[in-house]
Amino acid sequence: MSIASLALKSFRNRKFATGLAIISITLSVTLLMGVEILRDQAKASFTNTVSGIDLIVGARSSPTHLLLYSVFGIGNPTRNIDWSSYKEISQHPQVNWSIPISMGDSHAGFRVLGTDNNYFKYYRYARDRRLSLRLGDWFEHADEVVLGAEAAVKLGYRLGDEVIVAHGAGNESFITHDDKPFHVVGILDKTGTPVDRTVLVSLGGFDGMHDDWVSAEGDQAHDPLLGKHIDENHALDRNISAFMLGLKSRAAAIGMQRSINQFDHEPLSAILPGVALLELWEIVSLVENTLFVISVFVVIVGLFSMLIILMASMNERRREMAILRSVGARPVHVFSLIISEAVFITLAGILLGGALVSAIMLFGQNWIAQQLGLFVTLNWFTSNQLVILSLVALLGFLIGLIPGIRIYRYSLIDGMTVRV
Amino acid sequence: MQASTSAIITFEKLRFGWPRQQGFLLDIEHFQVVPGERVFFRGPSGSGKSSLLSLIAGVLVPQSGSISILGNSLSEMNSATRDRFRADHFGIIFQQFNLIPYLSVEENVTLPCQFSALRTRRATTRSGDIKQEALRLLNHLDMADADTIQKPVNELSVGQQQRVAVARALIGSPEILIADEPTSSMDADRRQAFIDLLFRECHESKSTLLFVSHDNSLQGSFDRGVELDELNRTVIDNSSRLKEVF
Repeated sequence: MSIASLALKSFRNRKFATGLAIISITLSVTLLMGVEILRDQAKASFTNTVSGIDLIVGARSSPTHLLLYSVFGIGNPTRNIDWSSYKEISQHPQVNWSIPISMGDSHAGFRVLGTDNNYFKYYRYARDRRLSLRLGDWFEHADEVVLGAEAAVKLGYRLGDEVIVAHGAGNESFITHDDKPFHVVGILDKTGTPVDRTVLVSLGGFDGMHDDWVSAEGDQAHDPLLGKHIDENHALDRNISAFMLGLKSRAAAIGMQRSINQFDHEPLSAILPGVALLELWEIVSLVENTLFVISVFVVIVGLFSMLIILMASMNERRREMAILRSVGARPVHVFSLIISEAVFITLAGILLGGALVSAIMLFGQNWIAQQLGLFVTLNWFTSNQLVILSLVALLGFLIGLIPGIRIYRYSLIDGMTVRV
Repeated sequence: MQASTSAIITFEKLRFGWPRQQGFLLDIEHFQVVPGERVFFRGPSGSGKSSLLSLIAGVLVPQSGSISILGNSLSEMNSATRDRFRADHFGIIFQQFNLIPYLSVEENVTLPCQFSALRTRRATTRSGDIKQEALRLLNHLDMADADTIQKPVNELSVGQQQRVAVARALIGSPEILIADEPTSSMDADRRQAFIDLLFRECHESKSTLLFVSHDNSLQGSFDRGVELDELNRTVIDNSSRLKEVF
């Protein structure tokens, strides 16, 4: 029976109190790591999604707004842009490729994106990775859809299945286009970007479902809401929500951005996605930092609960220490008995917290994706996160020194007197 | 009195006081104990009995003078050596709360062997291994029945706990046994039975016994009684000074 097994037995003797300390540290570490992982992954996922795009163009609005609705499906465009504007800009000599996108519809909670073949050909994520089909082909006709990997799994669709599209994002849309079924012709591979949660149709299909719907609906006057919607969306021949551009040289992006911002035909905004992301981070950094500071304080509170429990057991231990001293234990044994308990509690809390946060990320992936639009993947902790965890361990050790030094001094002062 | 070379414990010009307190608590010119002797220390509380025992056991260190145990000078040892020396040569029984609550009876008895290879060796030589030796001692003390030995130590009666403490003090046959008011929480008839048992065990293991109490009625059976106030010059000085004042 070494000091270690003595510590273990002492620990088991106080398992209720130490268990509580471990739980409080576990929960606080879970919170801290959760905040850290979410913010890291949010940044990584956002950056990956736009990494292949040089410019995003939409109706005049703030860069972050345009970025959020065009790529991440968060929010809606204030106004659409003319097809003719798209045509004109995409034929600019500097433009290598262009991808038009139309949005505003959903299917069973998944965003419907109208686009063309360029999307499949040119869209790049995670620097230079291109979309690939797990099953089937890219759409060719107006009544064909391609599903993102997750949408396909969630909806349980297979190739050839019929899909019915509803108007407006979200599950509880007012209007369903029951009369215009689409057929699934392809399913994409997983990308870890919002593409996974997207239902892709051709621009023709996207427009068509509205056109058909208008002509089929004879008594739209019954529902003023429907009528209003049509007026807004179909005042012009064809319009799209935004488009993405790939340039021949990334260096041309700033000049190109300036000329698009001064476009004559209608007011447009062009954004550099990387720059817009930085702006976005700046906006959320206050919230982000606040969350981090709060979670750091929660960890400190968790560690102090351990201190309280160790200090509360001090009188009882003082007696044990006198006994141990009398049989030949050194003051340093007595000291290490307390320290090892503090270290054990802290490490157990850190390990359990790490496991809990990983479990939450693993099993909460879908929920987080649905609620936050954030694609978290279960990774090993980053070096930054490991540093934070080490600091928590160090702090636990330092806090353990308080009762440790106290009992050490007692063991010198008390001699062999058993204080009652 | 025997020659100092054969003494097991020798004090010379010992002075001890607590830091930050004026004067000395203990001031002993010369004191010796011979091997196998059973010494009864008597004195009111606060007279320095516990400090004296801590000095002998090497937990406390005197400001001046020397303590020599088994021919070794404690003041020449560093604290680590003193701790090891204590583990090897002393068995100590406290007034109460002698046992570590989260260890079993057997683990409490074998505890000194964790800190002393010498006592482990002696216990092993005697009974084969330290567990057997613990059982043998407990059996000797009427504590070895399966029911008692299985119990958590805090469910034992005070008398039973003190007997477990005796077994712990005796395991590995240390040369010196120190008992600091071990009977104070027992009633009168149990007290004498406990002391008889202690004597029997000390005799068998040829240990020297230092017994501290403020209860004079126990003194009869000891080889020698020492009044701490008579041994301690600090007290004599103080009382003579008091006499001068009045």
